[in-house]
Amino acid sequence: MNDILSRRKLKAKIFRIIATISTWSSIIILIILLGNIALDGFSNINWTFLSSFPSRFPHKAGIKAAIWGSIWMLALVAIIAVPIGVSAAIYLEEYAKKNKLSRFIEINIANLAGVPSIIYGILGLTIFVRFFQLDRSLLAGSLTMSLLILPVIIMAAREAIKAVPKSIRLGAFAVGATRWQTIQSHVLPASTPGIFTGVILAMSRAIGETAPLIMIGALTYVAFVPENINDPFTTLPIQIYNWVSRPQVEFHHLAAAGIIVLLVVLLTMNATAILIRNRSLKKYKW
Amino acid sequence: MRLLFRQINLKEKGIEIFLSLSAFVSILTTMGIIMILFTESFQFFKNVSPVEFFFGTQWEPLLVPKSFGILPLLSGTLIIVAGSALISIPFGVLTAIYLSQFASEKTRNIIKPVLEILAGIPTVVYGFFALSFITPILRSILPFTEVFNAASASIVVGIMILPMVASLCDDALRSVPRSLKEGGFALGSTDFEVIKGVLVPSAFSGIMASFILALSRAFGETMAVTIAAGATPKLTINPLESIQTMTSYIVQVSLGDTPQGGIEYQTIFAVGIVLFGVTLLMNFFANWVMNRYREVYE
Repeated sequence: MNDILSRRKLKAKIFRIIATISTWSSIIILIILLGNIALDGFSNINWTFLSSFPSRFPHKAGIKAAIWGSIWMLALVAIIAVPIGVSAAIYLEEYAKKNKLSRFIEINIANLAGVPSIIYGILGLTIFVRFFQLDRSLLAGSLTMSLLILPVIIMAAREAIKAVPKSIRLGAFAVGATRWQTIQSHVLPASTPGIFTGVILAMSRAIGETAPLIMIGALTYVAFVPENINDPFTTLPIQIYNWVSRPQVEFHHLAAAGIIVLLVVLLTMNATAILIRNRSLKKYKW
Repeated sequence: MRLLFRQINLKEKGIEIFLSLSAFVSILTTMGIIMILFTESFQFFKNVSPVEFFFGTQWEPLLVPKSFGILPLLSGTLIIVAGSALISIPFGVLTAIYLSQFASEKTRNIIKPVLEILAGIPTVVYGFFALSFITPILRSILPFTEVFNAASASIVVGIMILPMVASLCDDALRSVPRSLKEGGFALGSTDFEVIKGVLVPSAFSGIMASFILALSRAFGETMAVTIAAGATPKLTINPLESIQTMTSYIVQVSLGDTPQGGIEYQTIFAVGIVLFGVTLLMNFFANWVMNRYREVYE
């Protein structure tokens, strides 16, 4: 009798140990990943690397064009995707009646979030690059990327808007505000931190995406800083891919250095998002 | 006064229309994707019979004589999906169980951000990691491993989708009411028995849905496999060889100077429609599983 009980307890103990090890192995993997990249790339980060254009010679090559390309693209994506995404979220949460059409739009958005990014690349190549003849320009890349992150922004913004309690809206209606006045003066200010968090996370997705931009032909030799939205461009992940795919090990070290820069940018963005989220949790208690 | 109201009404209506147009962009996107994939693959299937495409065992569209059998690309993709499942499913589920049942608030606050960071690392970085760290290790253990191989790519894809499995399973496990769990304990079960007999069966639909969604991401994953798995379309089940997935084939064509309108150019749409169709079906299936088998708790 006691024997069976102790066996059951042992089983439970072993399971608990296995689960603990599995969980903590994620942290170990992250440490190995970051350590491996730091070891390979850290010695390559210097002013020449940050301020030079790509080159055939590893010691002269840098990421200036890629940094500016990424900044341009991020700004354009913000201008294009954020207004459309937030508007769509407001419409779905505040205006749309719960009918078949709004249900269809909802399912559609959820599915778009699951479409592989390379399919967006095919879409961008056919519509923006070829049909609208935008060529391999910043505008074509940014439009493609905007479509890619729209579902993410819409879903995050909807969650944020949904979290605003109904009583807040009813209060505004009670003093005679119209629907838009209510949204503008009550719903949006209360949901801004949540929307902002979602937007930052969507942006950090956009800054790391590679495949759709390769599809529209952004993997070219670009040795200048883009000056307007019709210029060809390169971005950090594309430059990294370019270096990774070369056989020489010197270029792999450059790729690692580029990855460090990319990860620093990404981690800063994510940390900002988490900070905003935690602060707003404290500020608003419904 | 009346005029003012009319003006306000007009403005309200205008805003509503503008907002609804924004929501419509998502429908346009879907329609765009479907239309493009269908029209271009239609051109492709005028030249290549669907039977050859779906059942052919040779994929050599860029060489002469050309052959257009998608099975090698499909097998390459499936090796990656299966390999990544081997990593992400056990580790993901165990992490979710640990987080929802064993972990203290403090531990959760460490693990959760780590998972979020792992999920947010760009795929090109995972590709680099596979090539510069995992492949050398594999080659030192099994010297006949090729430089580009499916195993190394599927390991990193597994790491990449692990956070998704963990967080979706965590949600599913946490939605099981406490009373069910307490009932198990009241009968004298150990925590392992409660997890095995009560929690996991109760959260089963959510757990299955998380697997399907994560694997559909592995199916469409592009950069890590393009960098680490090679570009050799081959009908094989050996993960230590160089292979090619559907996604990395599309990348390969778009990197080259393939003229628009040629049959080589059309292949990316034919491969794309298979990719899109399979991931879409998987997403629908995940939703269906979630709704069909959901246990509803008061």
